[in-house]
Amino acid sequence: MDTTQYKDVYVFCEQREGVIQSVALELLGKARELADTLNEKVVAILLGKDIKAKAQDLIAAGADKVLVVDNDVLKYYLTEPYTQAITQIISEQKPSILMIGATTIGRDLGPRLSARVCTGLTADCTKLEIGEERELLMTRPAFGGNLMATIVCKNHRPQMSTVRPGVMKKMTPDAARKGEIVDYQIAFNQEKIGRVRLLNTVKEDKGMIDISDAKILVSGGRGVGSAEGFKKLEDLAAVLNAQVSSSRACVDAGIIDHSRQVGQTGKTVRPDLYIACGISGAIQHLAGMEESEFIVAINKDKFAPIFNVADVGIVGDVNKILPLLTERLKGMME
Amino acid sequence: MKIVVCIKQVPDTTEVKINPQTGTLIREGVPSIMNPDDKGGLELALQLKDKYGAHVTVITMGLPQAEDILREALAMGVDRAILLTDRKLGGADTLATSNALAGALRNIEHDLIITGRQAIDGDTAQVGPQIAEHLDLPQVSYLENLEYDGKKTFTIRKQTEEGYQMLEVDAPCLVTVLAPAFKARYMSVSGIVEAYGREVEVWGADKIDVADEKIGKAGSPTSVAKAFPKSLKPAGEQYDVDPEQAVGIIVSKLKEKFII
Repeated sequence: MDTTQYKDVYVFCEQREGVIQSVALELLGKARELADTLNEKVVAILLGKDIKAKAQDLIAAGADKVLVVDNDVLKYYLTEPYTQAITQIISEQKPSILMIGATTIGRDLGPRLSARVCTGLTADCTKLEIGEERELLMTRPAFGGNLMATIVCKNHRPQMSTVRPGVMKKMTPDAARKGEIVDYQIAFNQEKIGRVRLLNTVKEDKGMIDISDAKILVSGGRGVGSAEGFKKLEDLAAVLNAQVSSSRACVDAGIIDHSRQVGQTGKTVRPDLYIACGISGAIQHLAGMEESEFIVAINKDKFAPIFNVADVGIVGDVNKILPLLTERLKGMME
Repeated sequence: MKIVVCIKQVPDTTEVKINPQTGTLIREGVPSIMNPDDKGGLELALQLKDKYGAHVTVITMGLPQAEDILREALAMGVDRAILLTDRKLGGADTLATSNALAGALRNIEHDLIITGRQAIDGDTAQVGPQIAEHLDLPQVSYLENLEYDGKKTFTIRKQTEEGYQMLEVDAPCLVTVLAPAFKARYMSVSGIVEAYGREVEVWGADKIDVADEKIGKAGSPTSVAKAFPKSLKPAGEQYDVDPEQAVGIIVSKLKEKFII
């Protein structure tokens, strides 16, 4: 493969029901940085139905060009039509880099696409940089978050990576940015698309809060113990205008929904303040929160690994300290 | 119905520790287990066997010792176990792994292929969808439930961030499964005893019809440029004080940082 024919940084910009997902804007911010280093363009891929009006938002977030594919088969995400659309774009446009958000959609689409166009895909990158030979250096946690590995995709294009929501930073949107919006036509293979049929989509109230958007998280672990213990976290969260999150232990115990789980198999968060209550700090948990701006940890075990990443570590009983802290803060806020 | 489940032997990453002096992994004594999501997939297959009388095959690609998880699967109740092992397959990234497994799966009858969503040692969630592509099968990932009409159609519940989707899918297809949706059964005592008498078929690369340049290291578009221990920021201050004092410290630190 002649890799020199491939250029520009492409971003698959995920939308759901016409709403551009935050991760798409985060990826555009990173793509802008990479493209400036390479002196190339940022191209956004926007797939959906009646979606073109959103293209300008992608330009404001860093794109130079938006390829819009507007089609009934793209209204809701399904693997096959989305794979077909991007495959045709890749074969015609020859991107050097393609970035995809590591959501349930991106993690379904990315591998299918990589196998179809026969290139490499690096999952859940936490760092993306351009190397000396203009190659993409993709760094990700390996071995359950115990090690970091930098992956390259030397002889295949595009260089594909997925990035989890909350890892990269968005640009401040600039409504004055200029860019090109292109209507892109795809020759869909309807027969293949017809093998999977969407019957219905059901939304469940899972607390409906995206903890990766929260500025302050009060997070509970095994040391909090029970639903009753979590009530104390909720009281503190209410005073701080924060959200409650959790480690895996409490999700497995059925105390709190998976959507509020921080860590390797949950969400990656980087709030301004993360208060870890009774969380020992398994590597899988640390992987999801150690980028937080300021970390307060409260734990009975003074050797708990959470103290290695905490800015302030308190050795003590969360069940005693939290109510006092809530009271004190309440008094100050009044 | 013929079902094939792809499983993987992985180090139990929750047991992995870091040497604080050198920052390197301590691998000694880390137990190997059947990957949890794969075990969930196996449970789904066995439930379908109980319900519809399906024939269940498990396959794993790995080192010879991966036979252990195949024995475990036999003891849980599968009908056939295949170990795909060959030096030629080593050093594979996800694409090369999926090429090899797809090659093997072409030689095994299937109406349904089940994989775990992701393995705990790599967390990529790529191999399942990549196999589906190589075999030109429709895929559904993040499966929470599956019903079969007994003929040619599966009705599948797929987890999403907001809730779930209901999908109707033609057989044959490939699904990837979440461990929490299917709590795996235990091996039965008679199953364990029997499992050690039963055959685990061992396949080499010659059993699969895939070109050498598509498997192993040669077939891997990605490679590791470097691996390094995670740099942790220096730990902050630790206070072992009574609750009143602790609250005072937290409040003053939050003020200092302008958080409150």
